[in-house]
Amino acid sequence: MSVATQDTAVSTGRVTRTFIYLLLILFALFYLMPLFVMVANSLKPLPEITGGNMMALPQDWTIEPWLQAWSSAQIGVEPTGLKPYFLNSVLMVVPAVAISTVLGALNGYVLTKWRFRGDSILFGLMLFSCFIPFQIVLIPMAMILGKLGLAGSIPGLVLVHVVYGVGFTTLYYRNYYAAFPTELVRAAMIDGAGFFRIFWRIMLPVSGPITVVSVIWQFTNIWNDFLFGASFGGQSQPMTVALNNLVQSSTGVKEYNVHFAGAILAALPTLLVYIVAGRYFVRGLMAGSVKG
Amino acid sequence: MGFLDISNVTKSYGTVEVLHRVDISIEEGEFLVLVGPSGCGKSTLLNMIAGLENITSGEVSIKDRVVNGVHPSKRNIAMVFQSYALYPNMTVGQNMTFGLEMHGVPKPERDRALKEVAALLQIEQLLDRKPSQLSGGQRQRVAMGRALVRDPDVFLFDEPLSNLDAKLRVDMRTEIKKLHEKLKTTIVYVTHDQIEALTLSTRIAVMNQGYVQQLGTPKEIYDTPANVFVATFMGSPAMNVLPARVAVREGVPNAVVRDADGNEQFLPFSQPGLASRDGQDILLGIRPEAITDPDGADRKSSNVVPLENRVGVTEPAGSDTFVTMTLGGKDAIARMRADVTVRAGDTFGFAVNMEKAVAFDPKTEERIEP
Amino acid sequence: MANSNTQADFRTRLQDWIPKLVLSPSLAAMLVFVYGFIAFTVYLSFTGSKMLPKYDWIGFENYARLWGLSHWWTAITNLGIFAFLYITICTIIGLGLAIFLDQKIRGEGMLRPIYLYPMALSFIVTGTAWKWIMDPGIGIENTMHLWGWESFEFGWIKDRDMAIYTVVIAAVWQTSGFVMAMFLAGLRGIDNEILKAAQIDGASNWNLYRRIVIPLLRPAFLSAFVILSHLAVKSYDLIIALTGGGPGRATELPATFMYSYTFTRNSMGIGAASAVIMLMTIAAIMTPYLYAELKEKA
Repeated sequence: MSVATQDTAVSTGRVTRTFIYLLLILFALFYLMPLFVMVANSLKPLPEITGGNMMALPQDWTIEPWLQAWSSAQIGVEPTGLKPYFLNSVLMVVPAVAISTVLGALNGYVLTKWRFRGDSILFGLMLFSCFIPFQIVLIPMAMILGKLGLAGSIPGLVLVHVVYGVGFTTLYYRNYYAAFPTELVRAAMIDGAGFFRIFWRIMLPVSGPITVVSVIWQFTNIWNDFLFGASFGGQSQPMTVALNNLVQSSTGVKEYNVHFAGAILAALPTLLVYIVAGRYFVRGLMAGSVKG
Repeated sequence: MGFLDISNVTKSYGTVEVLHRVDISIEEGEFLVLVGPSGCGKSTLLNMIAGLENITSGEVSIKDRVVNGVHPSKRNIAMVFQSYALYPNMTVGQNMTFGLEMHGVPKPERDRALKEVAALLQIEQLLDRKPSQLSGGQRQRVAMGRALVRDPDVFLFDEPLSNLDAKLRVDMRTEIKKLHEKLKTTIVYVTHDQIEALTLSTRIAVMNQGYVQQLGTPKEIYDTPANVFVATFMGSPAMNVLPARVAVREGVPNAVVRDADGNEQFLPFSQPGLASRDGQDILLGIRPEAITDPDGADRKSSNVVPLENRVGVTEPAGSDTFVTMTLGGKDAIARMRADVTVRAGDTFGFAVNMEKAVAFDPKTEERIEP
Repeated sequence: MANSNTQADFRTRLQDWIPKLVLSPSLAAMLVFVYGFIAFTVYLSFTGSKMLPKYDWIGFENYARLWGLSHWWTAITNLGIFAFLYITICTIIGLGLAIFLDQKIRGEGMLRPIYLYPMALSFIVTGTAWKWIMDPGIGIENTMHLWGWESFEFGWIKDRDMAIYTVVIAAVWQTSGFVMAMFLAGLRGIDNEILKAAQIDGASNWNLYRRIVIPLLRPAFLSAFVILSHLAVKSYDLIIALTGGGPGRATELPATFMYSYTFTRNSMGIGAASAVIMLMTIAAIMTPYLYAELKEKA
């Protein structure tokens, strides 16, 4: 799905091929197994899990665990289910993705088509910032969010994710625009279009593929983030933190089926995005940060 | 002052000067070609005229208006790019009128201009297509159309034919020439192809290493090249540049060259002024078509000199046969008619049209003005 | 020589400024939130901050104490084991799958998404799933017993000495497909004519890969190494969800160490010092790589 299939000149014998297929299928099972376990066991009543085989399909199908995980499971101290946290995640992800993508596109456009002295040093600094361990910024970030009155709020999380996501989106757009002929920008300048007009009329119409990549990348990263959510979420914890609280709660019986249902609920948005648009995602990853 | 004046223009990147004091002035309707090897500064100069690069010092003026620091869109120029630079997301028609739209020209007027130019270039049937659906030649036409629609003061062409295959390139060359003759537009055209330069231009600026080596009409450039670089860069096969000595015999300066067997051969110059160089070493410049078989020599020339020499290699090329020989210790090429029979190793009687010969100073490599 | 270039028109000057203006919010944010914060944390690591930041300069005391803590040594040792195994195994599996998938495999289009989907999940989900799969009570061990293999034992997750390897398993499951994609892209980028030439030269498949293909994949190896090592140093969520750092402190990593010392054990100075060491580790890996990348593209 990422790369066009191309003939390899390598030819293999029948025995080798059988072995290869066997191995490939084995690995496919390895990758699928946890998903299967989660789905199958989220549809079982609890006794069937504790007394039965995790690899077995449910005998007594039920969606009760899903309903519980969604709306009534105990998260922390409140029996709210994951619903409010899911909503938090959505409210956090949408603006964070939108803002960081727009900024990344503009930055990439400037860094490739309006170059100035020292721009590659700036880009290098930006690139490095993508890879820092976030532990190094946790303490001052907590202080600043507190000072700004954004601690424990969704706007606070949006700010954090935009700040630490814009390096990646810039990287994507920069690499993409770098391959876009500069002569077109010059032609448009002579035609009388200015900075924003060129961006709007010439660059944006051809930015579809990289925008898909940037949006998906940011969406998965921000949706899946735990560290920032746990550190700065406060009253507005995102889905990942809530799921962890659900699973780690030490009171009462461990309701595995509810945990699994919750885990799938937390994974569902990114999985869906991946299934729908995964091919662009991978292609972009290849073309972007990790170009071989 | 001319229509387009480039006076004393230099360009530096940091401390590195890449263009040195360029002075070019052309009149309205002229076709100026900037030609030179890659890295000679010709594209930089074009971009400076366009306003796509800053001018470090000096002035560029169009129609007596200094345009330094004027935004490209306000210079009333149009440019045809090497890659054509057609906007991939717009149709041909939108591509061509984008500039007018940006300049606030109302729609009916844009449509009228588009129709006119499309008819002129015979691309009416392409107007609704996207650039990706066009062939190379069609893209080239659209790129020119986009420039024409603007009706600018000056057209700038940046190697517009270099992405086309050989046959199409010749066709488009003719077409550009016709267009220029019909519309009498002022054109600055950059190329590294010396044939394009000679065929298209009214004037040529030959550039090398950031210097304008010579500015002149195609005939001046070809017949009286200013230096060895221009002599060898313009024309194909290149001009023969042969080590020689001046010897005055009976008041006439001769070029003395050693033939393949080491014997001295005397070739009298048509320029009496070279007598002042008596006894000095020079470089003799002589074009391949000035060394022929006796029957193929230029009948209008008053100074055709016989030259006996051993033939090195013969290369039949269809319309001509090229003969390589050793002269002055170097390979020299002669251009014979196709049906002349010469064989490698033979001694052959060549005819040298010394009217076309030039002499260069071996140290400065500049042409010696007789 | 007159410099006649002094007066650019308004539009040209505006067009000179707009790009810088557009870039400036991101730049300002980066300078404050990344490099300013790094500087601040570095500073804190030289102070006696406990629960709240204090600004008293105590020199290298935090670092000295940090390296004297057995917890930190556990975290560092764990990171060494984890990073080495995680990178090695992911690379081997990724490269193997990529080479096998590159043999004109029927169903490649179906297999690839299966290998890749785990990377769309959050480490919290991965951790939750593998926590129960590797739980002796209800997971694999139980399943094997039910299937008749009574003597099967797999209780690593509850075993102080082995628990770190369960982290490796879950992490490899999550990322190896992604590494596969990187190698596959590398393989597809190799000029087919080189392979044909090698075969005409009589290279066996084994030699073809060993001598030609794998050396040509050097950039992909480098990218994989850089990405995986930086993920390893940053690993936090997976530990939290899978083992919670336990049993006891057996699976503590620097990332979890930093968090607990800073926010729950009120030793902010030491936490900051550990974060600085994490940053230095990643910088040592990333800087040469980024430098080479940028230089090549410039």
